Amino acid sequence: MTSYATNEFKAGLKVLVEDEPCSILENEVVKPGKGQAFNRVKFRNLLNGRVWERTYKSGESIKGADVMETNMEYLYEDGEFWHFMKTDESYEQVAADANAINEARNWLKEQDVYQVVLWNDAPISVIPPNFIELEVTDTDPGLKGDTAQGGTKPATLSSGALVKVPLFINIGDVLRIDTRTGEYQNRVNK
Amino acid sequence: MVNWKPGTSTETLHLRAKLLVEIRQFFAERGVLEIDTPLLAPYTVTDVYIQSLETKLSNSPVAAPYFLQTSPEFAMKRLLAAGVGSIYQVCKAFRQGETSKVHNPEFTILEWYRTDYSMIQLMDEVESLICQLLNFSPMPRLSYRQLFDQFLSINPHTVTGEELRKIAESHIELNDDSLTDTDYLQLLMSACIEPKMPEHCFVYDYPVPQAALAAVEKNKYGEPVAKRFELYCQRMELANGYYELTNLEEQLVRFESDLNARKNLQLPTYPMDEKYLAAMKNGLPECAGVALGIDRLIMIASRASTIEEVMTFTIDRI
Repeated sequence: MTSYATNEFKAGLKVLVEDEPCSILENEVVKPGKGQAFNRVKFRNLLNGRVWERTYKSGESIKGADVMETNMEYLYEDGEFWHFMKTDESYEQVAADANAINEARNWLKEQDVYQVVLWNDAPISVIPPNFIELEVTDTDPGLKGDTAQGGTKPATLSSGALVKVPLFINIGDVLRIDTRTGEYQNRVNK
Repeated sequence: MVNWKPGTSTETLHLRAKLLVEIRQFFAERGVLEIDTPLLAPYTVTDVYIQSLETKLSNSPVAAPYFLQTSPEFAMKRLLAAGVGSIYQVCKAFRQGETSKVHNPEFTILEWYRTDYSMIQLMDEVESLICQLLNFSPMPRLSYRQLFDQFLSINPHTVTGEELRKIAESHIELNDDSLTDTDYLQLLMSACIEPKMPEHCFVYDYPVPQAALAAVEKNKYGEPVAKRFELYCQRMELANGYYELTNLEEQLVRFESDLNARKNLQLPTYPMDEKYLAAMKNGLPECAGVALGIDRLIMIASRASTIEEVMTFTIDRI
């Protein structure tokens, strides 16, 4: 794997810090007029999401991490792993564990396409599309005509996620959800 | 598509020109002589953390590499030794590898020297110039000792290396632990003190290892300190000044120590500037001198956040 010197640091670069894959978020050069130059680097650990800063002497280098972001179709879950398939017609499949799936498990729908982050070809995280359409599998009966009033009730979606929905929503309705906030957007009945 | 456009606006170029006129008027009124010195010389600074750009000159009087000057300091001091009196110049300076939001490898310096001035008198003059150019009110003056005492409860002049390392590591995650005491002090300054300092202020009386070319004197606590000051504006070092070292023996010791440090870090070493040393031997008058970054001055005047916005073509636009 290649190494990157501090002068090649930039946002988005994937590197290994203490053997874990990290993405550089910010890189600031600190150079006193008469002193050693340093790079103050903000990283995100791609395994656990931790964001922190570390300071490097300018001229030091870090190993690159073989990290790839790919679009993959969600296939199924086998109780331990979640299986995805590449959309590049290679039909290649990968299995993501609970750590990699993390919060995306709330927003899984077969045949939808997710961004899967691979490190050394193994999935380390799964990012759902910003908006996803899911069917309501359970909720209290809807109140007819009540489409304008406020008030919400819980509803279970086909993915297993529990979201707050307006009172008029019924079982079988298809809802558009913002996966970043977990909020109901609108009903998209056919 | 080729990006041929300048990074700066026409408005900023007008502002720059106007400030340069005001700077020249300021010095004319005070009887400081405008001079210029060569940017190309067969010598360069020995500073450990300032790297020079090297070039070759055909048919040169000296059969050795030439260097683009990192500051006009040595040549200006030769003029002082020749008895020219107080002088200033606005010129380009070059520093290898310095690129950031507030650095460009080629930049503009205003440098001036005042004979018979103390560090305090020169700080007064820097303040007058800045207040006039930027409509600032007078700026607080804080000693290096005072700042470290206030924000980190340590005395930068007496703290041990071990204590310093512990304090630095409690505030900053470092990838490398082979840092010098000066590295730790400078990192703490930038990470823990600069963010809390007044927006515009002078810092003065630096630790002796950061003296560069400043004279060393005792402070009121009897601790030796470097008679060096910096002007910070909006968290940038805008100006760096000294009550100048005039002692030749001490100068030679500092050059030697720089060159040794350069050897240890496997950086190129350069011959000492013999003509500067000869001028010092002849006698450098008591004086104080300061260098001020013109591009950063324009950044402050135009409220720019990057140097690219105030220079016609920064290195990535040339």
